[in-house]
Amino acid sequence: MSMDRRQFLKIAGISSVLGLGATAASATHNLWVKGLGPEDVDKNKDALIAKRWAMVVDMSKFKTEDDIKKCIDACHQVHNVPDYRNADGSVDKKFEIKWIWTAPYEKAFPGQESKYMGEHIKDTPFIVACNHCENPPCVRVCPTQATFKYANGITMQDEHRCIGCRFCMAACPYGARSFNWRDPIGNNPNGTPIIKNENREYPKRGKGVVEKCTFCTERLAVGKLPACVEAAPKGGLLFGDLGDPNSEVRKIVSNQYTIRRKSELGTGPGIYYIVGGSDHA
Amino acid sequence: MLEKALVGSKKYWAWITFLGILAAIGVFNYLHQFSFGLGLTGMHRDVTWGLYIGQFTFLVGVAASAVMLVIPYYLHDYKTFGKIVILGEFLAISAVVMCMLFILSDMGQPMRVMNIFLHPTPTAMVFWDTVVLNGYLFINLLVGWVTLSADKKGIAPPKWIKFFIYLSIPWAISIHTVTAFLYAGIPGRHFWLSAIMAARFLASAFAGGPALLIILALIVRKVSKFDAGKEAIQAVGKIVAYAMFANVFFLGLEFFTAFYSGIPAHAQSFLYLYTGLEGHSELVPLMWTSSIFAIISLAMLWVPAIRKNEGTLVLACIMLFVSLWIDKGFGLIIGGFVPNPFETVHPYWPTMPETLITLGIWSIGFLVLTLLYKIAITVREETSGIELEH
Repeated sequence: MSMDRRQFLKIAGISSVLGLGATAASATHNLWVKGLGPEDVDKNKDALIAKRWAMVVDMSKFKTEDDIKKCIDACHQVHNVPDYRNADGSVDKKFEIKWIWTAPYEKAFPGQESKYMGEHIKDTPFIVACNHCENPPCVRVCPTQATFKYANGITMQDEHRCIGCRFCMAACPYGARSFNWRDPIGNNPNGTPIIKNENREYPKRGKGVVEKCTFCTERLAVGKLPACVEAAPKGGLLFGDLGDPNSEVRKIVSNQYTIRRKSELGTGPGIYYIVGGSDHA
Repeated sequence: MLEKALVGSKKYWAWITFLGILAAIGVFNYLHQFSFGLGLTGMHRDVTWGLYIGQFTFLVGVAASAVMLVIPYYLHDYKTFGKIVILGEFLAISAVVMCMLFILSDMGQPMRVMNIFLHPTPTAMVFWDTVVLNGYLFINLLVGWVTLSADKKGIAPPKWIKFFIYLSIPWAISIHTVTAFLYAGIPGRHFWLSAIMAARFLASAFAGGPALLIILALIVRKVSKFDAGKEAIQAVGKIVAYAMFANVFFLGLEFFTAFYSGIPAHAQSFLYLYTGLEGHSELVPLMWTSSIFAIISLAMLWVPAIRKNEGTLVLACIMLFVSLWIDKGFGLIIGGFVPNPFETVHPYWPTMPETLITLGIWSIGFLVLTLLYKIAITVREETSGIELEH
């Protein structure tokens, strides 16, 4: 489905004239006929397009902690993710918001560890984020469709429709969602600003809404790769279209052994992990 | 009939004032929460629902329990419940009012609540829960008001109200089933992912709600001339006993599956709640209090001599109510979030503002309940002695 701005405005105008009934009907329409994405409304000729965006993570490419930190910082900077700190400078676990972070192997893949596994494996950090599931529980439970699926596989979050019920946070088996327990303004008790070097391009967030990784939907729309992918060492984070048989991510997933987090839950996570390293890149 | 609530003794007004003050403290703290955000509560990234959602879940059960009086009275023509049934219906109304206030208090963006209707989503259990709760409130307001108005005039209620009375029976079951579905269908929350959740919810509701009703009926008898009847209270006592037995049995089934299967993730929340996990045992004393109270109150209700003595009956009901409140209004919610999806323990405890808001909402609920009971009692006192045909 594709329409230009004029057609879109026409339909929007008619909908508002018809009032609530039309609104309800269009909401139902959007729910059942999935696939109305931003590219349908305002097409950018540079936009990156895919049938199913996905990511392959190869932790063997991350040699130092700094390699990982660069990815996290790039994401959190471009999205103005608040950085809550306690007076002693440690992370404030109460208000913490994170889009992409690391968890040790045994925590990211519970049930996959064994008691004889060495600490160096158990504690290996794995980059984790929203898995942009094929069958996302968060979308199923959201009472306002503030979280929803794009046709390109991305699970999106509309922070301006979200009512803050946090059902999606209960439903997400990956702990990928964060809630704004307060307005992210001002300074932390240790003096650092909650939002550093604000990126004015990215919409402001307010208190009382849920947020998460969006696979950089706003960057894909203008032809850029996700910020974390750009900042990662070569081959560390591969981003591409699983729906394209010739894409790099598809070839890796088809030919190499990869694992996904809690795939037994039927969520169809879109982030694949290469374990033990490889020579693909 | 509303004017009946405006005339009362000094004690009546003192009670109203007391509740009003608690409610005002709650509202004041809520305004603070409204402006700062939900960070004012003890909730955090890993335990994203707490006291508010616990109260909501528990009170849906109290609301649904009115059906335990409606079924015998209207379906089986059990005349003994003729007087107590209105107390049950009005208790349901105040419970639903509290449910709605707790949901609103828990919302990050309460001003956007209408988005639920603006973007109706049939896959979301919250949507259905909103529909059934509002419907249940409407049905009970209608039934309570119409039957009481008829009583006041000394006539039988109109025939059409029977439709709504019968409708209220499956509707009451539905509100608690849908509430259980909020939890029971979530992948990855092993503590909640249980087919018996709705059955457990109904069993605990049919024990806890009527137990509260017994306590209320005895208070009403003390402060007014309205007597629900010794026989009626005893009959409700038996209902509480059977329902509590079912509830304890169902909880036992959960333990069996969690531990006999040996699947670690299924046992972890139970371990956290009852023994402590990873050095965190904050809720252990609370959960054991609940278990011990459950067993003692069940035993007391089981022995006819203890149940028939109203003094010990009310004691058993209080213990049972406290037990279920801890189990369902607190442990059930927190247990679902601990450990978190990374199998890490991040405990939760409510803050003072959160507790005061909770207390404020309970006060508003009891205020509504007091006013409704005052109206019902005054009408019944005025018409006492008139036998009614329903």
